[in-house]
Amino acid sequence: MKLASAARAAYPPLLVFLGFLGLWQLACAALALPTYLVPTPAEVARQAVEHAGELAQAALLTAIGALGGLGASLLVGGLVAVLFSQSRTAARSLYPYAIFLQTVPIVAVAPLIVVWFGTGLQSVILTAAILSVFPIITNGTTGLVRVDPQLLELFAMSDASRLQLLLKLRLPGSLPYFVAGAKISGGLAVIGAIVGEFFAGFGADDLGLGALILQTSGRLQTAYLFAAIFAATLLGLVLFGAVALLGELALRRWRGRELSVH
Amino acid sequence: MTEPVPAPHLEARGLGVRFPGGVQALSDLDLVVRRGELLAIIGPSGCGKSTLLRVAAGLAPASAGLLTVAGEPPERARARRAVAFVFQDPTLLPWRSLHANVRLPLELARVPRAEQDLAADAALALVGLSEFAAAAPSALSGGMKMRASLARALVGRPELLLLDEPFGALDELTRERLNDELLRLWERDRFTALAVTHSVAEAVLLGDRVLVLSARPGRIVADIRVELPRPRRAALVGSPEFAAVAAEVRARLRAAAPPDPSDLSVRT
Repeated sequence: MKLASAARAAYPPLLVFLGFLGLWQLACAALALPTYLVPTPAEVARQAVEHAGELAQAALLTAIGALGGLGASLLVGGLVAVLFSQSRTAARSLYPYAIFLQTVPIVAVAPLIVVWFGTGLQSVILTAAILSVFPIITNGTTGLVRVDPQLLELFAMSDASRLQLLLKLRLPGSLPYFVAGAKISGGLAVIGAIVGEFFAGFGADDLGLGALILQTSGRLQTAYLFAAIFAATLLGLVLFGAVALLGELALRRWRGRELSVH
Repeated sequence: MTEPVPAPHLEARGLGVRFPGGVQALSDLDLVVRRGELLAIIGPSGCGKSTLLRVAAGLAPASAGLLTVAGEPPERARARRAVAFVFQDPTLLPWRSLHANVRLPLELARVPRAEQDLAADAALALVGLSEFAAAAPSALSGGMKMRASLARALVGRPELLLLDEPFGALDELTRERLNDELLRLWERDRFTALAVTHSVAEAVLLGDRVLVLSARPGRIVADIRVELPRPRRAALVGSPEFAAVAAEVRARLRAAAPPDPSDLSVRT
């Protein structure tokens, strides 16, 4: 049932995609565009199949960078959100710098990261983390602070300590907010990983999608480049889907499932 | 009555509450509630009924006068788990099972786990929810959630139960059932109870006395003793004796309400 409705939901965008591919193929033929400028979808597909191994390898590397970045975001963003929720002073004095993370042009900072931390996975993860941490901080802080006043009074009736309030009310209560933040951050982490790889690419034999995109564009392997771009897009979608699914699982008990008693 | 007069359990002397914004919620309120008494409180919207409960729970400070529970400041009575509060909403935590919700007050008070479980089992049985112990709150109806909320309030065997329009959001029938349930539990344990309501019928059905408060700032305009026999059940509402008391309460309430013909907050 759920699968059927998912298939129904996927149907219209899929149709749009196929139509787009058809138009693209026709336009290439009609305008006689050179392949190094705009390759036909068929050529892109051919290149994707030919370089399937490299693409998968690159996507895996990028996925590791993105997941590492997302993980770091969740950890650091979660801790910062807890700090912000516990101390108004900390929130007031540090929030502008959290916004800085949101507004800083990552392309400008990435080279600096490479200067400081060298090329390699650590710099990719750091770039991904910087780009993806803000939604976790804002959503998490909102979730931790926004608590039903009646629930606060319920806990006050038991003279709950600050720590009890945090562990037994604020943190579990903020889970939907953290999930919402992680959904946004998942996509951002992929972008961050790819930007990171532009600058901190792992070296010639160890290419992530970012480095692969840079390399193929430099060599005018445009069809291969397109394939890499699609792989990056797909990776972002997969990561978003995985985060959304995990979030749904975590929130299942909120929506009416039997729980164990003890 | 030949019974000895029980000691006052809750006592207010010249109680006044002014909110930080300057709004006077309660003013010069004198009140004695005896141990084991069930007091219904009724009044126009915003008359400070809930504020009175919150002061009695130690959740809001008095700005004038004094309120004591068992001769102590409310915070101290609360700290020894002698006071429990039933809120307007069920206020169950959605990530916890019913059982885990009901034992929460004991968990927060760091009562040993085995004791928590026993008490929660007993409290759930008391409200007829034993078989739903493992259920998530989202799986329950509004009435069941409110029952669980009642079980959570009673899990620490409080001496004073404060109810803030707890059944106001429920449909008529569920509400009747829950009132019967509350009466049954009260007859069994004889805790002292203050029940705020905006329903005249509910006030008369539940209360040994009905306290009618005036529009803000809330003052006591009538303290009506309800001489209807106990045990009472919702079926009593149709009887002529009931109607007579309800008519008196309604008349006093009408006199207490601000002269606003569009005010529909006072229901019967």
